[in-house]
Amino acid sequence: MTAIEVDTVVEEREPIVPGAPPPAPLWLDFWRGIADDNPVMIQMLGLCPAMAVSNSLENGIGMSAAVIFVLTCSSVLVSTLRRIIPGEVRLASYILIIATFVTISDLVMQAYFPLLSKTLGPFVPLIVVNCIILGRAEAFAGKVKPLRAAVDALGMGVGFTFALCTISAFREIVGNGTLLGHQLFGPNYEPWNFMIMPPGGFLTMGVMFLVMGWWGERQKAKAKAAEVTV
Amino acid sequence: MSGHEHAHGATSEPSPAAGTSSGRLLLTLALFGSMAGGVLAYTYQKTLPPIRKFAGERVELAVKEVLGAPARLDTLFLVGDALSKTPPTGVDPLEAVKVFIGYDSAGVERGVAVEEGTPGFSGEVRLLVGFKPATGELTGFKVLAQTETPGLGDKIIKDSNFVRQFPGKLANPLKGDKAATSDPSTVQTITGATITSKAVIKTINKAVAGETVKPRLEAFAKGGGQ
Repeated sequence: MTAIEVDTVVEEREPIVPGAPPPAPLWLDFWRGIADDNPVMIQMLGLCPAMAVSNSLENGIGMSAAVIFVLTCSSVLVSTLRRIIPGEVRLASYILIIATFVTISDLVMQAYFPLLSKTLGPFVPLIVVNCIILGRAEAFAGKVKPLRAAVDALGMGVGFTFALCTISAFREIVGNGTLLGHQLFGPNYEPWNFMIMPPGGFLTMGVMFLVMGWWGERQKAKAKAAEVTV
Repeated sequence: MSGHEHAHGATSEPSPAAGTSSGRLLLTLALFGSMAGGVLAYTYQKTLPPIRKFAGERVELAVKEVLGAPARLDTLFLVGDALSKTPPTGVDPLEAVKVFIGYDSAGVERGVAVEEGTPGFSGEVRLLVGFKPATGELTGFKVLAQTETPGLGDKIIKDSNFVRQFPGKLANPLKGDKAATSDPSTVQTITGATITSKAVIKTINKAVAGETVKPRLEAFAKGGGQ
């Protein structure tokens, strides 16, 4: 009697995990991270690195690569182990998994990209406490199958990359007159140093969120107008 | 929570927080912890050689740059209170205090290079300073570490007009001026980065006048260069 009961519970467990994301096609899981649920622009997560290391495109790309690696690996592992990890210690286990991957990526960067690792400074180790990664583990990866978790993590990682590269390319071009270290405007351009300092980061992100918000509102208004006419 | 337990068998919703023994919790975390430890120990061992190689190469390149590509280079380690060719025992050679002596192809001493640092605008400015100990004439400097403001303070690396002034100047002691100057022991500071420029000058003076370097070098030469 009890054995059968346990069996059925295990069988039915997948669809009834509380708070599990509704089923969706894989491309949507991927696309959501870039557009509708972009971690930086919409969810407002990971703003600390997005501010601090976005003063040159090279830094932005390096940081994004580290985040994609950690996010994807930890999401897949969290999803694979979701039946083994008891609910009471899930957050501790997630952080342990994340911290391990972060340390690996930090050591590998120090060994093979030493100059980049020096400019990124403490922001690679600080990925441990990046809300995007623990957030995905808790809200998504811990409740779905590994493939979905991987696709979602890649989408979120690419979304983070997109946001970070947009901010850092803009700041580097305006604030230093260069892109990836190449001079763009010739010797007569006086770089607007303000933009590569922290206040420039606040300004760039504020303007970006403003434009995103305006565009979102406009899309909503358009959809509403279309509904009315139909 | 007895009511909850009672309902547990009947409800179809598994409650994730209920009914796991603390033994299993402990075991899970201990298992994960030791696995993570194993993976990290392996990664650390694999990445340590390239990390150390880079740190060594970086200093060597900097030494060659500030001493103008010497034909031969001697590395002396500070052991106790004297200089020695053999690194002190029990200390990582990378971490030990070092003095580099460069010679040209004829075997004539070109200059020495030492590491020195002083606080700048937002953190320590650490330099490798190359100079001729007899006269205090600079052969150059290289920034090893700094956390100055991007675009302003970091011009001590990027502004070639600033860096170019130093070779040939006499640090007896070296002074800074906001205006261009032809004085043999004065350099022009960077506009907007006066504090950082002064930190560079101060570091150079500390390195050259260093009560520690000159007498030790002389003692080392007298002792036959052991």
